[in-house]
Amino acid sequence: MTFQHYRQEVLALTMRWVRRLSREKFSMLFTLVQPMLFWLIFFGSLFQRAANIQILDAPNYMSFLAGGVVVMTVLNNGLAGGVDLLFDKENGFLERMMSTPIHRSSVILSRYLFVMAITGMQILVILSIAFVFGVRLETGLPGIAVILAIGMLFGVGLTAISMGIAFSVKSHGDFFSLLGFLSLPMIFLSSALVPLSAMPGWMQVVAMVNPMTWVIDAVRPLIITGWDAAIPQVALAFVILAVFDAVCLYGGAKAFRRAIG
Amino acid sequence: MDPAIVIDVAHLGKTFGSVTAIEDVSFTVHAGEIFGLLGPNGAGKSTTLRILITVLPPSSGTATVLGHDVLTEADTVRSLIGYVPQERAVDRFLTGREHLELLGGLYHLSRTETNARIDELLKLVNLEEHADRVAKTYSGGMKRKLDIACGLLPHPKIVFLDEPTLGLDVQSRLRIWDYIRQLREQGITIVMTTNYLEEADQLCDRLAIIDGGTIRVIGSPLELKTGLGGDSLSLTIKDHETEKLPRLREGVMALPLVRDVRINPTGLDVLVESPEKSLSAVIEVAQRLDCSLDGIEYHRPRLDDVFVAHTGHGLRGGTPDAAEE
Repeated sequence: MTFQHYRQEVLALTMRWVRRLSREKFSMLFTLVQPMLFWLIFFGSLFQRAANIQILDAPNYMSFLAGGVVVMTVLNNGLAGGVDLLFDKENGFLERMMSTPIHRSSVILSRYLFVMAITGMQILVILSIAFVFGVRLETGLPGIAVILAIGMLFGVGLTAISMGIAFSVKSHGDFFSLLGFLSLPMIFLSSALVPLSAMPGWMQVVAMVNPMTWVIDAVRPLIITGWDAAIPQVALAFVILAVFDAVCLYGGAKAFRRAIG
Repeated sequence: MDPAIVIDVAHLGKTFGSVTAIEDVSFTVHAGEIFGLLGPNGAGKSTTLRILITVLPPSSGTATVLGHDVLTEADTVRSLIGYVPQERAVDRFLTGREHLELLGGLYHLSRTETNARIDELLKLVNLEEHADRVAKTYSGGMKRKLDIACGLLPHPKIVFLDEPTLGLDVQSRLRIWDYIRQLREQGITIVMTTNYLEEADQLCDRLAIIDGGTIRVIGSPLELKTGLGGDSLSLTIKDHETEKLPRLREGVMALPLVRDVRINPTGLDVLVESPEKSLSAVIEVAQRLDCSLDGIEYHRPRLDDVFVAHTGHGLRGGTPDAAEE
């Protein structure tokens, strides 16, 4: 097992994901466009007048929402990240790959690389659309780099959860119901759509233990307030994400080893 | 290790929770042969195969492939074998060529090596024209061909095929048999599972009949069939000449290729080693002893009979859920 071999495997496997995506142009378009269209533009415009600027502590609802939509995209991509491996497991493709002399982790790593690359691109597109709608990043280009870093870090843990579930469930029916069960509450019980202070007490408590909230609370000041307010939040988010990722990766690796043997 | 033995399986067992999939499975595979695992669905064929290709760890016992343990030297084993899975394990969105390119990467072949090999394999399985179409446009037979090309990509010494012709039409099946025979001619050892008696009979040099997780009998199709008593001739003699039967029996018994002769109400049952040679000799004896024959029937035991004799049930009737799949 040499590094050259490892790189060759991971590259070949990542290339497969890219090729698959390029064959599904229609679905690619919808994956990319859906979060922006649905959440940022529709939701943002809908609540523009209803939202109370004092409570939001932001110039307008769209700029408040932008951070939430970025993190929601990371959430959706991450949680869906294991789907393709689930199909591979079901149709025997995974077994075919596992019968070749590859390091067991290269399949997983290729998936991370792919999901992270797609997520990164989506974040950039969302921020550009937001820009078109008048949202100006207070922290400028370096802020975008930090947002990407936070997004990637959160995405790693989420993808691990998704792959862990993919390797544990009996069928893809189970996978998708579990996914649906997880993702909407994660969004609503977080600061994605409204600030915590606007929530009823019990929801605040739940939102506080939701890692989404901490990630959004680090991304949002980078967009609407500036470095002074953002830095402590970003530092806190990095600590929380380090723990979150460690737990998810451990669980995911365990599920993978159990499934692969 | 005997140089001719390329796979050595000893007392292999696998349990999934409380379910025993295989128990005390032992066999050897010789270099250059087509070895078949024959049995109904759920008999343990695929479990055995998946242990050998290192994707499933055994619960007990050992297995070595080309002298390497499947558990402790899995990586070496993987680099020496090719695998053709049971399912149509193709990625619908990739072209045939892209499948092979992917595997080239996974087997660490160089780009030029991969490309040369791809051209060679596409030609072998007649997929050249369709190589750049995505696999979802392929027919079942074409997917199977691609599967086989994928299994052959790394120049394997041993190829494992799981139910190579399951669900294929007759024509595709014959073509696949042809490829498998070609591989043997190139000196590649083949290990395949099947639940088709005809396939096992026609294709395999040796087979193990596996049922209920254990091996019932191992041998070449001919050995197995001969083991049941070999071929037999039934002579029917004209009604008024039955009194000549004991004499005829003695005469036939004296022939070199005849193993046993029994008298039945209308004639004789003759167990023979080679029906082609013994048939004329038997007729000659009958003529010499002036016996007029009404007819001669020739029976050759089929693999079905072997299967029933060793498992106590037919291949299709054995597992009720097998028929539903």
